[in-house]
Amino acid sequence: MRKHIPGLLRVFALLLVILACSQTFLPSAFAGEGAGSSVISGEAAPAGAESSAPRLTKDDYPASSVVRPRVAVWMAAQMHLWFAAFVLAVPIFVVIIEAIGIVKKDERYDRMAYEFIRVSMTAYTLTAVTGVLFTVVLFAFYPHLMKYLLSIFKPTVFLYFLFFILENAALILYFRLWKRLKTGAGKIAHLCIGIALNLAGTAIMFVANAWVTFMMSPAGVDIKGAFQGDIWAAVHNNLWNPMNLHRFIANIAYGGSIVGSYAAYRFLSSTTEEEKAHYDWMGYTANLVSIGALLPLPFAGYWLTAEIYAYSQQMGITLMGGVFAWLFIIQAVIIGALFLAANYYLWCGLSRSEGGRRYTPYIKYIAFMVAVSFIVWFTPHTLILKPWEASALGGQYHPYLGPLGLMPAKNTAVNIMLLFTFLSFLFYRRANRVAVVSWAPYGKAAQAAIFSAAILNIVFLGVYYGYFANTVYKVASSVPQVATTLFAIIACLVIEFFIYRGAKEAGVYRWGRMPERSQYAIFLITVSFTWLMGLMGYVRAAIRQHWHVFSVMRDASADAFTPTIGYAANVVSVGTIIFMALVVFIFWLSGRKGADFGE
Amino acid sequence: MRLPKLAQFIIIVGVIYGLLKTPGIFLGKPIPESLIFMYMVLIVATVLLVMTSTDESTEELFRPIRALVEDPKKAFVRNIVFAVTPLIAGYIAYGLASRGGEPPAELRSIHPAPPSRMSAYGRPYDIATLENPLRRTEKEDAELFRSYVAEGAEIYFKNCFFCHGDKLDGRGHYAHGLSPRPLPFKGKDTIAQLSESYVFWRVVKGGPGLPAEGGPANSSMPAWEGKLTEEEVWKVILFLYDFTGNRPREWAREK
Repeated sequence: MRKHIPGLLRVFALLLVILACSQTFLPSAFAGEGAGSSVISGEAAPAGAESSAPRLTKDDYPASSVVRPRVAVWMAAQMHLWFAAFVLAVPIFVVIIEAIGIVKKDERYDRMAYEFIRVSMTAYTLTAVTGVLFTVVLFAFYPHLMKYLLSIFKPTVFLYFLFFILENAALILYFRLWKRLKTGAGKIAHLCIGIALNLAGTAIMFVANAWVTFMMSPAGVDIKGAFQGDIWAAVHNNLWNPMNLHRFIANIAYGGSIVGSYAAYRFLSSTTEEEKAHYDWMGYTANLVSIGALLPLPFAGYWLTAEIYAYSQQMGITLMGGVFAWLFIIQAVIIGALFLAANYYLWCGLSRSEGGRRYTPYIKYIAFMVAVSFIVWFTPHTLILKPWEASALGGQYHPYLGPLGLMPAKNTAVNIMLLFTFLSFLFYRRANRVAVVSWAPYGKAAQAAIFSAAILNIVFLGVYYGYFANTVYKVASSVPQVATTLFAIIACLVIEFFIYRGAKEAGVYRWGRMPERSQYAIFLITVSFTWLMGLMGYVRAAIRQHWHVFSVMRDASADAFTPTIGYAANVVSVGTIIFMALVVFIFWLSGRKGADFGE
Repeated sequence: MRLPKLAQFIIIVGVIYGLLKTPGIFLGKPIPESLIFMYMVLIVATVLLVMTSTDESTEELFRPIRALVEDPKKAFVRNIVFAVTPLIAGYIAYGLASRGGEPPAELRSIHPAPPSRMSAYGRPYDIATLENPLRRTEKEDAELFRSYVAEGAEIYFKNCFFCHGDKLDGRGHYAHGLSPRPLPFKGKDTIAQLSESYVFWRVVKGGPGLPAEGGPANSSMPAWEGKLTEEEVWKVILFLYDFTGNRPREWAREK
């Protein structure tokens, strides 16, 4: 019976969601269909305006003496989103790893993939539970908003449930058939089930993204919010595709980091050398996927932000130049910490092999460049000044540091940080190898030339187009900067592959020979990702300010104000702590009886 | 002679701290304490990470500290360190607490977000699409454009330069009496970042027209709607960009 509990919980969760979305739930908001029903608080319905967005008053929001409605919805939404990211991200990672295992014919990959889909089962249950909680508080505290959104998106809600059922069916098949479909065509069929699981999961996210982005950049409605009948227009609003891409890539990075954390947890609690070696290898592979997915993420982020600016200058400036700009400084600090942690993990990894010692002297130079980039990355334009400092500087900008606060400097810094992190990886990769091809010195010189030219180009693009050209090119120059970074990385990797083809080993390579402190770097990466998702998710949602649906449906509740930065950061931080505690609980639960592939 | 790791750590951190203090001591342009704190956290963390990246290096870094705590031969030094450390901490805490009534550091949005629409001069404006109607003369009629800029300069020196300065550097006669100081228009980090519609909104509505978001508003800029005509405001804006050699921000999508 016990093994059926997660499945039963999910079915129960689905029933509750259907109940919540049906119009029999919370009748106060949904009573009285027909003309005028969308105009609240006794206002007369203007002729022909029966489907426009409701104009609410404070009395239209159910009060609660137990919780602050906004905080309750915020926390429930955040928990659900984190778990949703977990269960969308990890299967992507698992299928990639299973596919690598099939191609490489390496049992270790299959074992790792299985181990992690097992861990995900508990997370699926928690995702469903938090999803129900989120739905309930949303309908309970914001019934009229939900009614309005449902009036537009009702068909997509049924689509959501359809994908939900498909995803669950695929998940159960994927997990239960793992050991039965181990070889030949059966294994390929199993991989296909995994791909179907991911397609359904991604489709769920895309549907939910449509609702979320509609609230930011409404489309398919007129100026009063009246739905024009084209649901595709509402779904395919300005921010839908940028958000889909950004979340998809971020999910891969997040999935890798979660798996990495699990591996670090198990590494630290391992008692045998064999276990240590396995979880060390798992942590390394997971981190590789995670950081690899992190590289193109700035592209997606630029696109999303550019679309926000293009849709509404007001939202754009609120986001990056107004009150939320300070949260971007916190974001910069966390991303910098993430890069440092990733580098540190690679530096520690040099100790796995005898040949790694050759590269340890270079660590300090890489660290210097990462630190300098990091400093530029988080230097704010508008400074936090004491009165005597403001008086000495004659304003809120620093005469020497001011230019570092602008986006071109940030873009330049983050690209250089990416390149030097890649250099750490390159050194790690060649640590235990000795090239045997005769042209190896020329190949390395070509790599050095590409790397140097890329840095020069990134700096030139940032300085010239950022400070000496028309502002119209300023944001646009970030794209060739990232393209330069990606080109340099790919070109160096291709040359690296040929230089070290058939290379000799410099010494014994031992998985598991890692200092324990390196594992905390992996935890730091996961916590950084989680925190970032919470903070930037808040910023993205909050730039609507006092609108439920931007410029169409006003928020008239007592909570229709932007909380202070400190308050928002506290809510997100408490959420992060609760979520990470639950993740550790999941890890503990999964490892309790042993997650051995052979059991 | 090679310095011990712990000494290297102390010297690196100390030198960088000194360098960060240099602009304030020698040039009168201090790096704010809030920023130095952030920088130093990063520096300390980075140096620690580098020095603990191998087991040998980690051992070398912490060996003196471990010896100080564990080695019976160092009892005398240990006692001194254990006595002096709390005293130093107490001295720092006293120094921080005794500063008394210093107002806290200020967190302020320099570029508050404009509203999507505004009303002025008896009609509505859509700020997202608003353009300077005189800007097209720059290409179409250079002579007329120069005359607009000259008129803008005259309006500026009759109304704005008292605070924003005759060099447009934010150092006018009254600037020193205002907090926050008036913005400089020179350089690449103020009006060069903004569209003309944004500057128009800030001039016309001034401090009183700032949005509640990011408030309480902190700007001594007057609202010029009742004192300058719409055309005069656009002329001043032409002058601001022309004099400083900046171009107004444009939106790529519209090009």
